[in-house]
Amino acid sequence: MFAYFVRRVLATIPVMAIVALFVFSLLYLAPGDPAAVIAGDQATPQDVERIRASLGLDRPYLIRFGEWFWNILNGDMGVSIFTNLPVTTMIKQRIEPTLSLMVLTLCLAVSIAVPMGVVAAWKQGTWVDRAVMGFAVLGFSVPVFVVGYVLAYVFALELDWLPVQGYTAFSSGFGPWLENLILPATALGMVYIALIARITRATMLEVLQQDYIRTARAKGAGQANILFLHALKNAAVPIVTVIGIGVALLIGGAVVTESVFAIPGLGRLTVDAILRRDYPVIQGVILLFSFVYVLVNLAIDLLYTLFDPRIRY
Amino acid sequence: MSSATVLAPAAVTRESVATAPPQPDILPAVKPKKGFIGFLRRNPTIAIGGGLLLLMVVIAVFAPLFWTVDPTALAPARRTREPSAMYWFGTDMLGRDVYSRVLYGARVSLIVGFSVALLSSVVGLAIGMVSGYIRLADSIIMRFMDGLMSIPSILLAIALMALTRGSVQNVVIAITIAEIPRVSRLVRGVVLSLREQPYVEAAVAAGTRTPRIIWRHILPNTLAPITVQATYICAAAMITEAILSFIGAGTPPIIPSWGNIMAEGRALWQVKPYIVFFPAIFLSITVLAVNLLGDGLRDALDPRMAKRL
Repeated sequence: MFAYFVRRVLATIPVMAIVALFVFSLLYLAPGDPAAVIAGDQATPQDVERIRASLGLDRPYLIRFGEWFWNILNGDMGVSIFTNLPVTTMIKQRIEPTLSLMVLTLCLAVSIAVPMGVVAAWKQGTWVDRAVMGFAVLGFSVPVFVVGYVLAYVFALELDWLPVQGYTAFSSGFGPWLENLILPATALGMVYIALIARITRATMLEVLQQDYIRTARAKGAGQANILFLHALKNAAVPIVTVIGIGVALLIGGAVVTESVFAIPGLGRLTVDAILRRDYPVIQGVILLFSFVYVLVNLAIDLLYTLFDPRIRY
Repeated sequence: MSSATVLAPAAVTRESVATAPPQPDILPAVKPKKGFIGFLRRNPTIAIGGGLLLLMVVIAVFAPLFWTVDPTALAPARRTREPSAMYWFGTDMLGRDVYSRVLYGARVSLIVGFSVALLSSVVGLAIGMVSGYIRLADSIIMRFMDGLMSIPSILLAIALMALTRGSVQNVVIAITIAEIPRVSRLVRGVVLSLREQPYVEAAVAAGTRTPRIIWRHILPNTLAPITVQATYICAAAMITEAILSFIGAGTPPIIPSWGNIMAEGRALWQVKPYIVFFPAIFLSITVLAVNLLGDGLRDALDPRMAKRL
């Protein structure tokens, strides 16, 4: 088992190296002269040369990649073309709102979606099941910013229950923090809820047909007991896997949700960086998000043994 | 479940076996309707999804015939008019007719959705085949795909768009690159499982050459899962295009696309919400149509999956 842990942790190193290589190489793979594209249409030749030098495009590819990668390992992601601030500093300033949004969405989505899927599987074929499945299809189809605008229009503009936009730091209290984040988290969570509810239902349907469920019923276990203790525990592995994979949806959606709700997080940083074509910042944010995504899925892989003692490596 | 209860009273008695024709009347003798109409009747999701999608295609192709005006015509004197008999969906802050813009915007979404679905299927099929058949290539390709899949697809598309000039073509390429790993993995999985099938082993034992096995046995069996996957990719690509345009990294602002219209309406959305909501409704309906089509195709093409999801 320990050997498996070590092997699994080591296996993420090549994946991360490939991510880094890819994010770095994009600059060279792009058609045309990236320095000219980044500089924009109004740039003078001097501007283009300055950007070419600051991105290291004037030096050999492999040498440049070596330097860049070494710097990343030392926690240096380069300097923004636009603000001249270190990218790591800019990320640190913006990380709290994004982290808050994603953690809140994750908790919200899991606590809504799993019971939804369980009940749908229990009441298979009834209107409850159909409603959950219908909701799942809608959740996949209505884009996050559409949900965001509808929620903001109804609950903030029309009913005036919640603030329309903005973010309050966690340090100024849980109440204001939650008030600002509840709408964005709901909007962002919609597709995630759909995904988790669907896989929960599918897995539960399979588990509920197992012999040990019949045994539990025969010995007189209550319905809730059977569903949430006997069945859900055995359905945990696929559900947790999908929760991990779905983090990619959260990350992508956060970028948009932050623009809809004017939350000053990493998503806004990315959008601003795109508009200014500040490539080092984009590179830094993508690397960070990808590494988080890889690490989350690594953690989930390692947690399997906790959820399901039958899994032995 | 329900199918089990229908089949359960199949207590075929001795007499019925002896006297009855080969098909005893356990099941009501409803002859399934043949042909296209019958297929749609049996798969209502395909009918609804396909119908809605067809409607959108008609709207997109024949946009000039639906009482639209030039979607780029500026009219500063008629800015931000509410929806009315004259301007069905109102006008935006430059006085452009939102109804015309939304209808023309369908073109971008559909072109991007269909092109990405087609391109990523073809490229993914090729990569998946190579990976499923050549051991040495497999480990290299799959490590590479693992890396690519670790970058959330919207971020990957954003990074690619930040380095190119905004155009529909570049949007298609960026989203395609982000979607290829998924198709490749799917195809590789199917190929690997097909190679274990007795009929493929029999073909190998009979001395059939590999290209012929691929053509006759492997390729036809990958088409069903790829078609289903392609519909989902089409839906995802439409959303990604809208997101890219919405945050200013997609289609150039001159071309009306649903993401662009929403991006332009964003500044005013608290006072003039209709500029954002009309393209949002069209986008949601189109994506819903494609997703329904995908679900229907999945159920029709793979009955085993239908029971599970």
